[in-house]
Amino acid sequence: MQKVYTKIDSIAGNVITVRASGIRNGDLAMVTSAHGESLANVIKLDREEVSLQVFSGARGISTGDKVRFLGVPMRISYSDDLLGRIFTGSGKPRDNGPELTENLIEIGGPAVNPAKRIIPRNMIRTGIPMIDVFNTLVESQKLPIFSVSGEPYNEVLARIAMQAEVDLIILGGMGLKFDDYLYFKNTLEKSGAMSRTIFFVHTASDPTVECLLVPDISLAVAERFALDGKKVLVLLSDMTNFADALKEIAITMEQVPSNRGYPGDLYSSLAARYEKAVDFEGAGSLTILAVTTMPGDDVTHPVPDNTGYITEGQFYLRHSRIEPFGSLSRLKQQVNSDTRDDHRALMDGMIKLYAAYTEALEKKSMGFQMSEWDDKLIKYGEMFENRLMDLSVNIPLEEALDLGWEILAACFEPKETGMRSELVLKHWPKEAS
Amino acid sequence: MAKKGGRVTGINGNMVTVEFDGDVSQNEVGFILLGDQRLKSEVIRISGKIASLQVFEMTGGISVGDEVEFSGLMLSVELGPGLLTQIYDGLQNPLPELAIECGFFLQRGVYLNPIPDKSWEFTPRVKVGDSVFPADTVGTVPEGIFTHRIMVPFYLAPSAWTVESIKPAGTYAVRDEIAVIKDSKGNKQSLSMVFPWPIKRPITQYLERLQPKEPLVTQIRIIDTFLPVAKGGTYCIPGPFGAGKTVLQHMTSRNADVDIVIIAACGERAGEVVETLKEFPELIDPKTGKTLMERTIIICNTSSMPVAAREASVYTAVTIAEYYRQMGLDILLLADSTSRWAQAMREMSGRLEEIPGEEAFPAYLESVIASFYERAGVVTLRDGSKGSVTIGGTVSPAGGNFEEPVTQATLKVVGAFHGLSRERSDARKYPAIDPLESWSKYPSVIDMAKVDYARSILFDGHEVSQMMKVVGEEGTSVEDYIIYLKGELLDQVYLQQNSFDDVDFAAPIERQQVVFDVLFKILGAKLQIEDKKTARSTINEIRQKFVDWNSVARNDERFEMYKNEIEELVGGQFVEYEGKAAKILQVK
Ligand SMILES: Nc1ncnc2c1ncn2[C@@H]1O[C@H](COP(=O)(O)OP(=O)(O)OP(=O)(O)O)[C@@H](O)[C@H]1O
Ligand SMILES: [Mg+2]
Repeated sequence: MQKVYTKIDSIAGNVITVRASGIRNGDLAMVTSAHGESLANVIKLDREEVSLQVFSGARGISTGDKVRFLGVPMRISYSDDLLGRIFTGSGKPRDNGPELTENLIEIGGPAVNPAKRIIPRNMIRTGIPMIDVFNTLVESQKLPIFSVSGEPYNEVLARIAMQAEVDLIILGGMGLKFDDYLYFKNTLEKSGAMSRTIFFVHTASDPTVECLLVPDISLAVAERFALDGKKVLVLLSDMTNFADALKEIAITMEQVPSNRGYPGDLYSSLAARYEKAVDFEGAGSLTILAVTTMPGDDVTHPVPDNTGYITEGQFYLRHSRIEPFGSLSRLKQQVNSDTRDDHRALMDGMIKLYAAYTEALEKKSMGFQMSEWDDKLIKYGEMFENRLMDLSVNIPLEEALDLGWEILAACFEPKETGMRSELVLKHWPKEAS
Repeated sequence: MAKKGGRVTGINGNMVTVEFDGDVSQNEVGFILLGDQRLKSEVIRISGKIASLQVFEMTGGISVGDEVEFSGLMLSVELGPGLLTQIYDGLQNPLPELAIECGFFLQRGVYLNPIPDKSWEFTPRVKVGDSVFPADTVGTVPEGIFTHRIMVPFYLAPSAWTVESIKPAGTYAVRDEIAVIKDSKGNKQSLSMVFPWPIKRPITQYLERLQPKEPLVTQIRIIDTFLPVAKGGTYCIPGPFGAGKTVLQHMTSRNADVDIVIIAACGERAGEVVETLKEFPELIDPKTGKTLMERTIIICNTSSMPVAAREASVYTAVTIAEYYRQMGLDILLLADSTSRWAQAMREMSGRLEEIPGEEAFPAYLESVIASFYERAGVVTLRDGSKGSVTIGGTVSPAGGNFEEPVTQATLKVVGAFHGLSRERSDARKYPAIDPLESWSKYPSVIDMAKVDYARSILFDGHEVSQMMKVVGEEGTSVEDYIIYLKGELLDQVYLQQNSFDDVDFAAPIERQQVVFDVLFKILGAKLQIEDKKTARSTINEIRQKFVDWNSVARNDERFEMYKNEIEELVGGQFVEYEGKAAKILQVK
């Protein structure tokens, strides 16, 4: 049953309204204007008045344009034919390949029953000590990189993706700069990973509404592959653009903003996407690594703030390093009891000392006399930064742990570390003591 | 009552407007009929012939004109034996059963019996002709480690009812008739072991509410000693993301000295609930010898589950808590996070186009928060026994800033405040409760004079450390420097506690008392130390011993060894007790 309407009552932002009946919430429509065709979906119903957001934007749409309701919600084709392909946010090919129309699945489906979830158990090794030792990444984790623009967050994302042993990579790009898009594409091609990658890309020059669809479409596809037994890694860059698109639509719909113009349901909207990360018992898994750029380097900005409350930790990227403070993996304790017996103690102990180092540094910068203890801390902090924090370091976890002890031994007496004697005795490098 | 109905006139997010005939009441449950699905909703506003309903499900696919059925009932939970060990969503839908029926995903419109259809070993407590009131016990069934009281439904008229028939001892299905009672006019009422209660109405079937005084032991040192919680009291844990609210509540749910723990996972991560869900059936509660799950109920409406059900979830949890309180038990309700509940209200309020208050929260936010925490309390029941509901809620303030509506409204009503600090969690000082900012109105498990003295060392030590930032270490006297180090010591070996250490994760009261006594004598001692370097290395050495001490079990022979070693270590430098400390020690 496809109905066609030829009178658009109002156009505001990217939202149009038409008078129609028998229309279902969430359904798709095709809007045909002088500029071509665009999909739109129903976001609100009030008696006869149907509000739709137009995927390619409402610019240039006229009141006499044609709206044809399709009677189905937004869907995407699901099959192995997706592999190696590049699509827009609404699932249209961006490469020169054919359009896929077979085996359509719904996007934005229901949540996983918490009772069906399992405790995450597999560490993802990255070779980056700030991750492997201090903020261990775990399969099925949802975790963003918090960063200001200008930092190499996409490089870090790509590096982890290349290093991680996954079956499938899905890149959801939102407001992606064209250069970054090419960077991802080239990196994946060079490493031969392109054939197990799917791109859903919205670039900075594409219509906003398509940006809104990217996470849902990427995650719907990822979820299906995971159910079919694949280990899927979804990269989402940049979720702040997604949040801004949500803000735009909320303002158009005249919703009361809660905080700096963002809608009150920002938390729920972000959570609905991030919570798709899952490890299916007896099937595959879905891991989400995202980028959240922080406007004004302000972590209390509503987007990073709400994100931090949703995700299972975050990597705080600043000055091209993953910061020891602010960075966190909430799933690390699921895996770091089985790596090595000193992992946990070293992870906490070294950061505690690093915190003391920053205090000593402050003291130094104020021109105060440095005590012997302060000098030790300064030495320690610098070694920590150069030998463990630097992003160019690429070593396995075990080596990084050994290096940790080496640094401690080069700077401190065992009893100054605040760690359990038994452990210190066991791991303290022999030549140093 | 005739079946009332209506038709959908509009859909906006999870709010649906309905034109109805007949009478509809506020908070009544309605169902939107969508094909063969029935989507549960609650009336939240009535205006003329239009009712606004919040839908507890996703609203995709609903269209204008769809039929709506009103139930005539307020949103309620089912109460009866079999609630323990259950895992429910915010509307009391049993999630494991749902998984059996629907698989990996939550399917909308599927509502299963909250109380499992099971048989119980019933023992009557009344006989024919006895007079009973609502909430009186007519019999009991053993539910795991508890004696579950089968009570006269709370919703019946608060007058004397006469027992007309009662089943003899035996095994009955939970929904079988076990008794018939009648009121003075001869109206008969059949009783089974289950009955409903509307979640937004407190259960007030008690004689008297008492002052919460008895400590609720959490086995977390900083809480029990410095910032105690009382049975029947309320407390809140605000903190920025990642500061440790959930870990703190998780540890409390494991170790707290109460009969039953109800965990309300409200709008947070599903993964966190899974840990509890998978761990608790394996963990043995040393107090009962049974698994922790047997004293636990989980209400789980995580962040990607429907928002309206999230709003309901805290009420579902507190209603079940009150129900078990009626059996003379001590219940602890842990809600994580109350901010998500407040946000659910905000989302709805926005859709209703109500005039927004601060940060767009509704104007009634404060009163709603206050009346939720009011449902905690210690009470004397009609049979003279005592029961309590303690409520601990986390708060997730936007930007980690406590000057926001939910934190502020909560602080006005709770009895203890455990504020987490970003600075402490960054430095991995867990639990990251800020010992200087936080407070409690409840009594400690340790002599208050000693606690106050220790707290003053913390404050003074902090002051010295602030001073040092201005004048440097060189401008600080050795005495002040020692106070600073003592503060640090107290923080590092007592306030901080490693939740992931097999021994340190739980500190029983007796252990806290022993350790605190040793520590107190160090804090109160004047030590023979000439310079700062020696001071630091002495305190380091003491600290090291404490760290090792904290990680050996109470029954380990090294426990006494470390204690003696520490005392010896201090003894070497001991001069005398500082005035105030001496006085406290003499009194003892
Ligand atoms: N007591 C503790 N001991 C050791 N580690 C801890 C402790 N508390 C918290 N952590 C660490 O911090 C992480 C975050 O803690 P938690 O999940 O409790 O934060 P939260 O305050 O609940 O955050 P959110 O508001 O985002 O839910 C944990 O996963 C753990 O790694
Ligand atoms: Mg939490």
